Amino acid sequence: MNTVDPTLGACPVPLVESEKVMLGHGSGGQLSAELLRDVLVPALGAAASTGVPEDAAVIDVDGVDLVLSTDSFVVSPLFFPGGDIGALAVHGTVNDLAMMGAMPVALAVTYVIEEGFPIADLRRVTASVGAAAAAAGVPVVTGDTKVVGRGAADGIFVTTTGIGRRLPQAHISAAFARPGDVVLLSGPIGAHGTTVLSTRESLGFETEIASDTRALHRLVAAMLADAGPDIHVMRDPTRGGVASALNEIATASQVGIEIDEQAIPVPPTVAAACELLGLDPLHVANEGCLVAITAPDTADALLATMRSLPEALSAVRLGVVVNEHPGRVLMNTLMGGTRIVDMLVGEQLPRIC
Amino acid sequence: MCLGIPGRITQTTDVAGVLMGTVDFGGVSRDVCLAYVPQACVGDYVIVHVGFAISLVDEAEAQRTLEILRAMGDALQQELSPEDAPQPISPDRTPA
Amino acid sequence: MKYLDEYRDPALARHLFDQIHAVTSQPWALMEVCGGQTHTLVRQGIDELLPAGVRMIHGPGCPVCVTPLELIDKALAITQREDVIFTSYGDMLRVPGSTTDLLALRARGADVRVVYSPLDAVRIAVERPDREIVFFAVGFETTAPANAMAVLRAHQLGLPNFSMLVSHVLVPPAMTAILDAPDCQVQAFLAAGHVCAVMGWTEYEPIASRYHVPIVVTGFEPLDLLEGILMAVRQLEAGRAEVENQYARAVRRSGNTEAQDAIRRVFRIGDRTWRGIGIIPASGLTLTEEFSHYDAEQRFAVADLTAREHPACIAGDILKGTRLPTDCTAYGTLCTPRTPLGAPMVSTEGTCAAFYTAGRQPYPVPAIPVRSS
Repeated sequence: MNTVDPTLGACPVPLVESEKVMLGHGSGGQLSAELLRDVLVPALGAAASTGVPEDAAVIDVDGVDLVLSTDSFVVSPLFFPGGDIGALAVHGTVNDLAMMGAMPVALAVTYVIEEGFPIADLRRVTASVGAAAAAAGVPVVTGDTKVVGRGAADGIFVTTTGIGRRLPQAHISAAFARPGDVVLLSGPIGAHGTTVLSTRESLGFETEIASDTRALHRLVAAMLADAGPDIHVMRDPTRGGVASALNEIATASQVGIEIDEQAIPVPPTVAAACELLGLDPLHVANEGCLVAITAPDTADALLATMRSLPEALSAVRLGVVVNEHPGRVLMNTLMGGTRIVDMLVGEQLPRIC
Repeated sequence: MCLGIPGRITQTTDVAGVLMGTVDFGGVSRDVCLAYVPQACVGDYVIVHVGFAISLVDEAEAQRTLEILRAMGDALQQELSPEDAPQPISPDRTPA
Repeated sequence: MKYLDEYRDPALARHLFDQIHAVTSQPWALMEVCGGQTHTLVRQGIDELLPAGVRMIHGPGCPVCVTPLELIDKALAITQREDVIFTSYGDMLRVPGSTTDLLALRARGADVRVVYSPLDAVRIAVERPDREIVFFAVGFETTAPANAMAVLRAHQLGLPNFSMLVSHVLVPPAMTAILDAPDCQVQAFLAAGHVCAVMGWTEYEPIASRYHVPIVVTGFEPLDLLEGILMAVRQLEAGRAEVENQYARAVRRSGNTEAQDAIRRVFRIGDRTWRGIGIIPASGLTLTEEFSHYDAEQRFAVADLTAREHPACIAGDILKGTRLPTDCTAYGTLCTPRTPLGAPMVSTEGTCAAFYTAGRQPYPVPAIPVRSS
């Protein structure tokens, strides 16, 4: 038996790395939330946070609701099947605006580039930014470029900031989910995260999977036109996956959420990659789907509307919002049992053994 | 410590005297060491653990297991509620 | 995925549940040895759907969890050397040592890399002749052939800069240690399917007869586990005590002889400390004389370390199956996957982690306090 040092018993605080920022702090799960709560928000004041985690901020400017969002993109590798850091940067911010019920109006793009970065790659990324912005109909109107010394950045970091105008029918917040509401998911999950992880050469996997990165603002506009204020919450489950997004909503709205494992749409190759890497598809990042929580009476019609659009052809009903177990997400398993779906804790490490 | 996943061998090759291959797991492929399944051929299924095939899947046995399980469902139906078990529609036949 | 999805069929599962209910006439306690099996049982809620009399005791089948604290501390000490690239399976990164863990060391600048296969670590050694590559060779018998091949390949290439920190443990001695314990409640075992794919099941026959316990070699998918449980309960009800093979599609009685040959060439059996349990004689593998220069413990003379477990951690009892995570005062409060006190909470196959992520009571308060807006 290992000897327990009797003098150790005094301090009950467990081992926590609290002096240095860790990779897990950026992964969108519990660690990220803690960083926000404990380090960032206290310094920035009340305006930095309403207390409810939203994808974008709404600012009233002379009676007009403007929506503002910003995001940094540090994905490695830069180029992967289905997209690259440029497309990701445009879609990510366009989607964050859309999730607040806004029509994106314009984008700003900034680069921080590492000395020695190939100009050919810079052209490729920028062409991608341009193409994605044009396809989305959201122009890049301003930007900035900085170059830092070798080693001070990982190739290139891209930040996009977007501004939009909130659509009149939109009445959306992570805190607005109500018992009885229906949880809808616009499409298959897991493609982006598994693509990026599989593409990292050190793990040696080759797949046909491609990232699902796409702009969702037209889908959102169509959904709002159809169901308007019946749509209570919208969220694109990026880092941390569907599990983290649902947990944030359950906590913010102080409701319980129940989903059916059988209803979760995971493409077969994504499922295979998750098996091999030991990943839970519910924790894997997505870049092209959204979760919507809507009033029950209009849910079926809304689902039909979604399925008529290219971005949401395989939209499904995932579950319901309930009164019980507020703040918690439960799943009915394939085998007929139940388990809690938790937020991603830190960095998603491939489970190998 | 047993994350062994079944996959299909799509090619084999010799690397410095060691049998290596590519295994396809439902759309995801990886190089796998086949040294421990020297009898394996392209098209065979193997169980892969940390990049090594540790066992050849006996496909006949796999089928047998599933058939037994499926038959179990029917047998159980009869055992638990014989009056509900499917009966042929014939006036001459007495129920079990 | 073929040979995986078919064994997750909910309709066939219901048949098996019905069968188990039909044959069970009295309470029975079964132990599944492998962490991967625990993972499936708990995450699918299978153990809660069995008849009230059939209790699953979760065994020490998580080699990450049972790696001795001293060895973790040695790994951490070696990792902090400037010339070392430390390679490991992903699960080991968050396992707490006495004062820190590999992930925290990586945050402080240590070169720690996750690899999928031990051959990847050998490849890194070839690519980086300027550094010492150390591989954390953790596992049961399932992983031993792979780790053996890494040593053989390094040997073949004459690599001077590759070594392994070996923490291999064997299942049969652990089973007998559990059966020998005075408070043992286990009446039957589900043996680990992939361990047996390598080793066969001849070692389990004397255990079944000496202790009069049924042992069923079982796979990892829900239908496999249910069928294994059914076979074990049938034996118990009939008073039989034999070794049976549920996982017939992957396991033969003699196992994989090529793999066993490789293990025998590279490793020898020795005593091993199991974290939380203590020393179990002849329960581990160490490198043979021929390959002893690949032993990282010898290559990096690590000074005597004082390993200190957290006093609240009851990992030992959990690994022996005598207590549940929910019995632990630290479970869900002090000890969570985010802030683990012991290995069973860190490893995704650990019993505590399986319980916590499936939300077994007592469940902690939500991590993020909600402010009213």
